Amino acid sequence: MRTEDFTFLAEALKQRSGLMLTADKVYLLESRLTPLARKRGLDTLDALIQKLRISRDEALWKDVTEAMTTNESFFFRDTTPFDLFRNHVLPGMLKARAATKRLRIWCAAASTGQEPYSLAIILKENAAKLAGWNVEIVGTDICTQVLEKARAGTYSQFEVQRGLPIQMLIKYFRQDGDVWRINDDIRSMVSYRPFNLLQSFAGMGTFDVIYCRNVLIYFDQPTKRDVLDRMRRVLGNDGALFLGAAETVLGITDAFRPVRGQRGLYVPSDGTSEQLMGL
Amino acid sequence: MKSCLVVDDSKVIRKVARRILEELQFEIGEAVDGKDALDQCIAKMPDVVLLDWNMPVMNGLEFLVALRSQTGVKQPIVVFCTTENDMAHIRQAIEAGADEYIMKPFDREIIEAKFNQVGLL
Ligand SMILES: [Mg+2]
Repeated sequence: MRTEDFTFLAEALKQRSGLMLTADKVYLLESRLTPLARKRGLDTLDALIQKLRISRDEALWKDVTEAMTTNESFFFRDTTPFDLFRNHVLPGMLKARAATKRLRIWCAAASTGQEPYSLAIILKENAAKLAGWNVEIVGTDICTQVLEKARAGTYSQFEVQRGLPIQMLIKYFRQDGDVWRINDDIRSMVSYRPFNLLQSFAGMGTFDVIYCRNVLIYFDQPTKRDVLDRMRRVLGNDGALFLGAAETVLGITDAFRPVRGQRGLYVPSDGTSEQLMGL
Repeated sequence: MKSCLVVDDSKVIRKVARRILEELQFEIGEAVDGKDALDQCIAKMPDVVLLDWNMPVMNGLEFLVALRSQTGVKQPIVVFCTTENDMAHIRQAIEAGADEYIMKPFDREIIEAKFNQVGLL
């Protein structure tokens, strides 16, 4: 790929989605956009780039953005963020929200739904303690295509074997031909909507827990800070923020601080989350 | 080093599983059917058994039932690994005492994820 083509795509993608593509990601552009070019009846990636340069085909740009921002996802990915939720965050919230009996969770890069459904399964397993509670899981993603799949709640044999214990497959899924379909009582616990993290969070309401994993890595420093600072403002003072294993707030913002020894878990710097969660 | 007995009547599958599990630092033994596996387990119990279902002489489920009825031994973790991919088979395996269940085809990621879940990694 020519340097000027890379620069052109990288700048456009940054502006549209915040996605930061460094020069070592040329392969990512090629591997994701070549199939899209073919789907659009174009012979080569070059032809696609030329088309993008001369036209303002918004639908095409949307497809390009979606192809580049789609992340692979597993159930209970990385394990720890879910163990921490089950053993610390949820018990803390059960105490802190005992009066309002209201719990709101935001999965800010919900992708194909594995993360919000993993949380829904944990909540389901704690249903007795949550009787009478109003629990909401909001799953957002910039890519509408992945959200369609998330909403459908159907997964391939490969997908249900990555991270999902067999007991949970038995309990929460049913087989439907070639696919595994998550049960409706789990599916209905999550509401999905397309959302770009560069947009204002006004209208999102406030949250007790935010999962924003493996998306900040694509942003440049000022965008990371901006997103994190705005997340702080929609998160309760005793709330929790989960970032991806390769991500941190250190050196980016003072709004959050890492919880010592608990990888991926961040809390408001001026807040009270740790006592609450027994960490 | 933990030991894993790979039980499958297909030489190719045993070879693929061996390669993945050796990379994950397991010491590998191989058995060609359930009877062979049971004999090897009685002689020396492995930490984990990766178990095919359809095999001649003694199938995987028959092996599992016989293994779980052994008393006075340290029971290994058993992970089924089979082309049988319907809920009825999965339930049957878990009820007979399997700890995890892999539906073929599998890759390194799936083996790793499943072995992780049962606390082997
Ligand atoms: Mg066989």
